[in-house]
Amino acid sequence: MRAVLALKDGTVLHGAGFGAEGERTGELVFNTSMTGYQETLTDPSYGGQILLMTYPLIGNYGVNKEDNESDRIHAPGFVVRELSPDFQHRSAEGSVDSFLKKNGVPGICGVDTRFLVRRIRSKGVMPAIIATSTGKIDVEKLLSKLEGFDYSATDYVAEAGVNEPKIFGNGNPKKVALLDFGVKMGIVRELVKRGCEVHVLPAYSSTEDVKALEPDGIMLSNGPGDPAVVTGIHKTVKELAGFKPMFGVCLGHQVLAHAFGGNTFKLKFGHRGSNHPVLDLERNRVAITTQNHGFAVDKIPKGFELTHTHLNDGSIEGMRNKELEIFSVQYHPEASPGPHDSGYLFDEFVGLME
Amino acid sequence: MLVIGSGPIVIGQSAEFDYSGAQACRALREEGKEVVLVNSNPATIQTDYEMADRVYIEPLTCEVLEKIIEREEPDALLATVGGQTGLNLSMELCKKGILEKHNIAFLGTDAKSIEMAESREEFNMLMEKIGIPIMPGKVVKEFESAKGFVESIGYPVIIRPSFTLGGTGGGTAFNEKELGEFVESATRLSATGEALVEKSALGWGEFEYEVVRDADGNAVIICNMENIDPMGVHTGESIVVAPSQTLSDVDHQVLRNAALKIVHAVGIEGGCNVQFSMNQETGEFFVIEINPRLSRSSALASKATGYPIARVATKIALGKRLHEIKNAITGTSAAFEPALDYVITKIPRWPFDKFPQTSRVIGTQMKSTGEVMGIGRTFPESLNKAIRSLEIKIPKEIEPGEHLYPPTDLRLFALLEAFRRGSSVAELHEKTKINEWFLNRMGEMVELEGKIKEGLGKKVLLEAKRAGFSDEQIGALSGKSELEVRKLRKGFGIVAKYKTVDSCAGEFEAITPYYYSTYEDENEAGEMEGKKIIVIGSGPIRIGQGIEFDYCCSHAAFAIREMGYKSIMINNNPETVSTDFDSSDRLYFEPLTFEDVMNIVENENPEGVIVQLGGQTSIKLAGKLAEAGVRILGTSVDGIDLAEDRERFSKLMDKLGIPQPENGIALNDVEAFHVASRIGYPVVVRPSYVIAGRGMEIVRDDVELRKYIDEAVELSGEKPVLIDRYLDNAIECEVDAVSDGKKIFISGVMEHIEPAGVHSGDANIVIPSLRLSDEEEGTIIEYTKKIAKALGIVGLINIQYVVKKGTVYILEANPRASRTVPFVSKAIGVPLAKLAVKAMVGETLPEIKPVQNHYAVKSIVFPFLKLIGTDIKLGPEMRSTGETMGIGKSFEMAYYKALLAAGIDVDKGKRAAFLSFRDDDHPYVHELAPVLKKLGFKIYGTLGTVGPIENAIAISKIGRGYPSVVDMIESGRVNLVINTPRRGGSAHTDGFKMRKASIQQGIPCITNINTAFELLKALDTLDKKELDVRTVEEYAE
Repeated sequence: MRAVLALKDGTVLHGAGFGAEGERTGELVFNTSMTGYQETLTDPSYGGQILLMTYPLIGNYGVNKEDNESDRIHAPGFVVRELSPDFQHRSAEGSVDSFLKKNGVPGICGVDTRFLVRRIRSKGVMPAIIATSTGKIDVEKLLSKLEGFDYSATDYVAEAGVNEPKIFGNGNPKKVALLDFGVKMGIVRELVKRGCEVHVLPAYSSTEDVKALEPDGIMLSNGPGDPAVVTGIHKTVKELAGFKPMFGVCLGHQVLAHAFGGNTFKLKFGHRGSNHPVLDLERNRVAITTQNHGFAVDKIPKGFELTHTHLNDGSIEGMRNKELEIFSVQYHPEASPGPHDSGYLFDEFVGLME
Repeated sequence: MLVIGSGPIVIGQSAEFDYSGAQACRALREEGKEVVLVNSNPATIQTDYEMADRVYIEPLTCEVLEKIIEREEPDALLATVGGQTGLNLSMELCKKGILEKHNIAFLGTDAKSIEMAESREEFNMLMEKIGIPIMPGKVVKEFESAKGFVESIGYPVIIRPSFTLGGTGGGTAFNEKELGEFVESATRLSATGEALVEKSALGWGEFEYEVVRDADGNAVIICNMENIDPMGVHTGESIVVAPSQTLSDVDHQVLRNAALKIVHAVGIEGGCNVQFSMNQETGEFFVIEINPRLSRSSALASKATGYPIARVATKIALGKRLHEIKNAITGTSAAFEPALDYVITKIPRWPFDKFPQTSRVIGTQMKSTGEVMGIGRTFPESLNKAIRSLEIKIPKEIEPGEHLYPPTDLRLFALLEAFRRGSSVAELHEKTKINEWFLNRMGEMVELEGKIKEGLGKKVLLEAKRAGFSDEQIGALSGKSELEVRKLRKGFGIVAKYKTVDSCAGEFEAITPYYYSTYEDENEAGEMEGKKIIVIGSGPIRIGQGIEFDYCCSHAAFAIREMGYKSIMINNNPETVSTDFDSSDRLYFEPLTFEDVMNIVENENPEGVIVQLGGQTSIKLAGKLAEAGVRILGTSVDGIDLAEDRERFSKLMDKLGIPQPENGIALNDVEAFHVASRIGYPVVVRPSYVIAGRGMEIVRDDVELRKYIDEAVELSGEKPVLIDRYLDNAIECEVDAVSDGKKIFISGVMEHIEPAGVHSGDANIVIPSLRLSDEEEGTIIEYTKKIAKALGIVGLINIQYVVKKGTVYILEANPRASRTVPFVSKAIGVPLAKLAVKAMVGETLPEIKPVQNHYAVKSIVFPFLKLIGTDIKLGPEMRSTGETMGIGKSFEMAYYKALLAAGIDVDKGKRAAFLSFRDDDHPYVHELAPVLKKLGFKIYGTLGTVGPIENAIAISKIGRGYPSVVDMIESGRVNLVINTPRRGGSAHTDGFKMRKASIQQGIPCITNINTAFELLKALDTLDKKELDVRTVEEYAE
């Protein structure tokens, strides 16, 4: 199968196709994790983003049942340097190729991924289109399809989360209401592990819906898209403030900033990988974190203090409002994939619910 | 700050500690600290006067260090950058209370933590406490307790000594007999008399994690590595890839968490290597061991990722926090985990070509002398690049069954051959337990060979290049020459592109100029401003081509920068200073073949290329590069050929009127016998174009010559065999000189202590000379000038002479850096390699007045302990791995120190010597015995040797009563063996067994009468005078 990846700036790369046959548009982003491609593919935050792995050898250990972060692949396309034709792992149940096929996602391999990374690094993330076909691919036509694409115009949150409430850890002592903007199962697992009954609620649940559950704490999940556009959620979050302890992760963190009068901006090419160093200012300790975000908070809202910063670019990684018992981080303490250095944040959240 | 180096290069402890030690010295000085450095190895950048405030080239013993401490009164000691040697010495200083007495702080990971990490019992207890699984194991001191333990866990078991490097003395036992042997050797060789007996996890996967942790507990994983060879093969002997290829993120995080838990519990402040074993069928794992210091693995991890572990660890030792240290590559902080967007493969370089008597089986004991690293965007690409970096001849005919299990150094090639013969992945996995993923890739490589054979279209060519196949390899498969393939692919537009090793997978703009080649779209090594010069490195450390050449190449890079040019280094050895990303303006981590070098030349368009400094590796490329139009700096290719082609050289010597030992050239056996009979036995025979005496031998009759011819002709292909008269009982000496084409600077004459016939790399060497007359020295100087001029030398030349009865004969001239360059540079205080580079670039030699008010002796160390079965007698084949330097106001003091540094210590306990000479040496016993007696030695020996000596005790031959010679040695009743071997001889002689026993007991064994005399003379001086220590600069005053 042939494959083409075309970028908005006119860059066109030809490679070999795998996964599903088809054509998908998205913002091209790169992730620097050397392991964890399955978790990353199924991370709902990649909705609307064609995912490029910088590590060149992908698929070596196949895919399995346990490591999915949601029920499907959210990234609309997958770009790798070398796809392993076979896989080897005790828990593997299939190949990356068949996994993409099953999910209707096209993939391209054999392309100079490092060149693409450097292109994105210098020009910023940009719209791209990936096409796979056993026949001919019309490159001009592909490029023309990028004309109207605008990542920020789409509300990916609405597609990523649940439509109906779902309960995990039924019967556990602490009740957590989780607003699902596209939650990774890792977050749910970490909470359940710590004795929480997690009620995963649709992103646009109302304040009353949440309060009616009588939760001990409120979790604002990660998710895809531009945090500025989901104004309805900003409002709900503001209304819930002070009701119960609240913990925001990634998009949840950005939404909190907006809800309280702070602001976010789009990073040139985002933070995506498992090696991001964050300084916890309260403990004066470094954690290596998993990150996946294209936007960042540039103004901390009033009443909040800065708790975490990124050691590479000094960007805001965490904030806290002591009075309202709200705290949030830009990175992923649930890891999956990535280092488990930040699990203590879930302990802290559960502690606040005492 | 006191920094202890790692001493001479030995198997298991190589150039990586010059790399980490030099980086540590730089980091300390960056922080404004004054550095006192001690190392006995002159061939190190670390011992350059620029590297530390006070440099001591002195033996690494506790006594010597205490003297230095008394003189320098350091505030603190950095124990973790000098390998196991440096660590053990530091621990000894600590335990003896010397550190406390002088109020010296232990920097970084403290002594208690090191003790905990190194003592198996304490470590295992700690692991149990923190819940990290360990393999059932027990520390034993003798056989009975080992036996009892193994009865409870079952065979196979692994036995390892505590506190040793490279696993000397360990092994896997499958039965009680083997258990007995290994327990005995391991306890004997352990610094603490302890050995660990563990259940063997033969066949499980082996993984390593390189961790850096600061005093606050911030910790990062720099790199994880996967051994392709499963458990049962020492990690230093394994083919290793980074990052891991077969671990899922879940697996990886399990091991990462365990590694962090361990370093926190132990209390590491600096670098640490953690080794795990994982059963990939079940996910079960356990920790094998940790190294609480910089190691060979940490050097590899640094080069694999671009993260300078030694620098960061040193700053942590000074109390800095990880996030307070800057990552020199990206400008961000050192608190991060490198992301790779390539794969590296490391392959060890074994010395079996030099030691045919040794078993090629690899296991838990290290036998390799060095290693190479290949970088690629796919596993086959990195593997193929590593294979060609090895510079070995892969046997054309290989029988897979003989190498798969137990594994030998040729297992990789046997696997490829097995695929060619149709073996399946399942079959090979069953035999080797190597993970199927790696086997699948090897199978693909063989499939690709098939495609290449079918025809070379653009698609196949690109696929082959992307899989790392060389033009030469492709040519051999498709019936084309290397150059034809090169032309063909360039026609298709398939050319090498260069990518950066930047520690962040391209996420940030990196300032590191550290590149590797691949076949993709974008080239990151674009135009560089300024005039550029390429230095070709020396590849893996091997017998005959060691760290000395890397030293010279590093100096070249420094000198090129001093002159205002841009320096470009090409090398593939991850252990070295030359492959540090800040040693040069650009570093290309690439194989050193014509193709790979030429690709870089075409990318860089340099002023010229330096081929004189990387040993045979670089000089052998000179001709082909010149033919391709590359400008070779310094001595012309014709000049090189004139020196290396024995026939041309011989004619030149005749013309210059310089005597040579009678010689001749033979193209076949008939001619050989003819020449030998004309010259008269004994003769030295060798193939043309040699390095380190490879294939060189002294033969004494027709039978020996017959045997040699059969082997040598195979060695040198179509090239002729050279036959020289062997000058008995003559003095061998050599000079290193630098010429700018007009002026010449000569190092002075270095004299070999051993008589002519011992390879110069294996000889003890002294400068200034002891026995040469002024007239003889004058002749040598005059000849050197004549030869350099006649060859048109611009740069370095090394010339070897033999002096017999007032006549100076020339042996050979090498138009390149020699092994002695670092030694002699330090002895006379003149940086020869730098001067040579400046001359090559066109500068005029300055006026140089060398200062030497002392004697300097170079001694050597041999790998015999690791390569059981090898005889230690010396000959024209070089076999040493490393060198030491001793400096003293008298020759005896210098010589004694050099030997002491090489591990020859005869001052332990009661003096007792065992003498056994070959027949023609017997008369010397009358001279030697009185000296021994005067020094307080009790004399034992064979009847033939000590019969005539009063009070000497004759010992029976092996198998004829107790105690035999070997019993005497093994029971530790003697502490010096002087045995001069018979010519020829086999592995069954008493002499061979005696030498082997003394090596295993760690007792000095002298195999040469001259060496013995000089050693005793040195001992005599030392008995009268105390060993004194000084810095290199003080000696020069």
